[in-house]
Amino acid sequence: MAVITTPRKRATRPRTRRTERRGQVRSLVLNAIALAAGVAVWAVLAALNVESLPGPLAVAQKAGDLIADGTLADDLLASLRRVFTGFALGTALAIPVGFLMGWYPTARGLLEPYVQFFRTIPPLALIPLAIVLMGIGETPKVFVIFLAAFLSCVVAAFQGVVDVDRTLINAARVLGASDRVIFLKVVIPASTPFILVGMRIGLGAAWATVVAAELIAAQEGLGFRMQHAQTYYDLDTIFVGLITIGVLGLVMDRLLLLAERRLTGWQERR
Amino acid sequence: MTEKISFRDVVKTFPMKGTDFTALNGVSLDIADREFVTVVGPSGCGKSTLLNMAAGLAEPTSGDVLVDGSPVTGPGPDRGVIFQQYALFPWLTVRQNVEFGLRLAGLAADERRKRAEHAIELVDLTDFADALPKTLSGGMKQRCAIARAYAVNPQVLLMDEPFGALDALTRVQLQDQLLDTWSQDKRTVMFITHDVDEAVYLASRVVVMAARPGRIHRIVDVDLPYPRTEEIRLSPEFGRIRNEVWHSVYHQGTAPAAA
Repeated sequence: MAVITTPRKRATRPRTRRTERRGQVRSLVLNAIALAAGVAVWAVLAALNVESLPGPLAVAQKAGDLIADGTLADDLLASLRRVFTGFALGTALAIPVGFLMGWYPTARGLLEPYVQFFRTIPPLALIPLAIVLMGIGETPKVFVIFLAAFLSCVVAAFQGVVDVDRTLINAARVLGASDRVIFLKVVIPASTPFILVGMRIGLGAAWATVVAAELIAAQEGLGFRMQHAQTYYDLDTIFVGLITIGVLGLVMDRLLLLAERRLTGWQERR
Repeated sequence: MTEKISFRDVVKTFPMKGTDFTALNGVSLDIADREFVTVVGPSGCGKSTLLNMAAGLAEPTSGDVLVDGSPVTGPGPDRGVIFQQYALFPWLTVRQNVEFGLRLAGLAADERRKRAEHAIELVDLTDFADALPKTLSGGMKQRCAIARAYAVNPQVLLMDEPFGALDALTRVQLQDQLLDTWSQDKRTVMFITHDVDEAVYLASRVVVMAARPGRIHRIVDVDLPYPRTEEIRLSPEFGRIRNEVWHSVYHQGTAPAAA
């Protein structure tokens, strides 16, 4: 009898925390298998001496060396500092400007041509100009990252304000809310999901830009390290740099995703 | 009988591709203090526009909209509005939604809490006071919206097809609950609906509107006693009035000649 009832029970049981967890474990196991397979393929290719590719072991060893003598940490910090300075300045300006554009048609009319125009120029294309105008110090690099983060975030913030449900604004108005209260208590929370998506895109853009900016003129940083290694045909170091960039980008994206889930968990998902 | 809401020769036109579209053409209607009036009519008859003007969310092109004898200049907490789409703030819990208007009124925290508790209890949502709207069913969301409107103690309730998106069973339950609340503490209610049964069951007067141009077609008095019960809903007298309203909604004939 137990044999008969068990499947029926399972079929009618709703998705519990436990079954959800089982699904998560399953996908983690699959991820791990894919990762191991990828490293194995890489090792085989390296063993066959394809394009004199360095093997996983050689790269791991190089990574150990770079960590031991502090080079990797220094480069990492240099790159992260640039990204965070540029990203923080970019989003800090993008959110008020996006709100302004969404809330006041005049501000939108005045600012939109510039935002749309600069959005079509890849921030990297501005590096030569930035170097001529600002020298080869930190300023031009941070500026280019700032621009990359600002442009991806400003459009999201603006769209977030424009898309706020009219009935929510009306509901607040009939309860006696002034324009200021509507802005603070309705428009800002309602557009938070858009802004967080914009921040994620902005961080991705900032991260992509920093490495390229460092390729051109820097004394430290992950991009510089790889450029430097290129001159010495040091493939191991280039691989260490690439993997570090990838892992760090992933970690930052996951952190923002986590913040997004925390802050916008109220959203109804359809 | 004192008028709470008065529409005096209200005209509303919207600009549309060269010509003006007339949404409302000379509507005059008085709603008495503590009266429950429902408005039915085909879509496009301007019934929601009429309600929005009383709410202060829309302005008449000409004519006057008066509440307590003075012209409406904008929305205000003296008139509670309940929307078909619930319009709950999804990032706030039931309690925080209900407290939203009380906070704006500048009430102290403990008073706010007390009033919100009471309103939430009135709509039977006490067990869900700390739930987010996304976890509530449609009927519960609308009950929360009703509590939010009631909490600020408005003189007038303006309800724009509030039960339109709900299933038939939930709708009947909410109708009874609404009448129950209303008879305990009478406010002036203007209730828009496209459901003839609902219009007759709730109101003491049913305003039937006609479209193109939007205007009042007929006003039907509902001479049925409150409290309304299932017995009344199934009575022949209810059936007779419903048929009368039904007939004037669905067989309006052509537009009358301009006076």
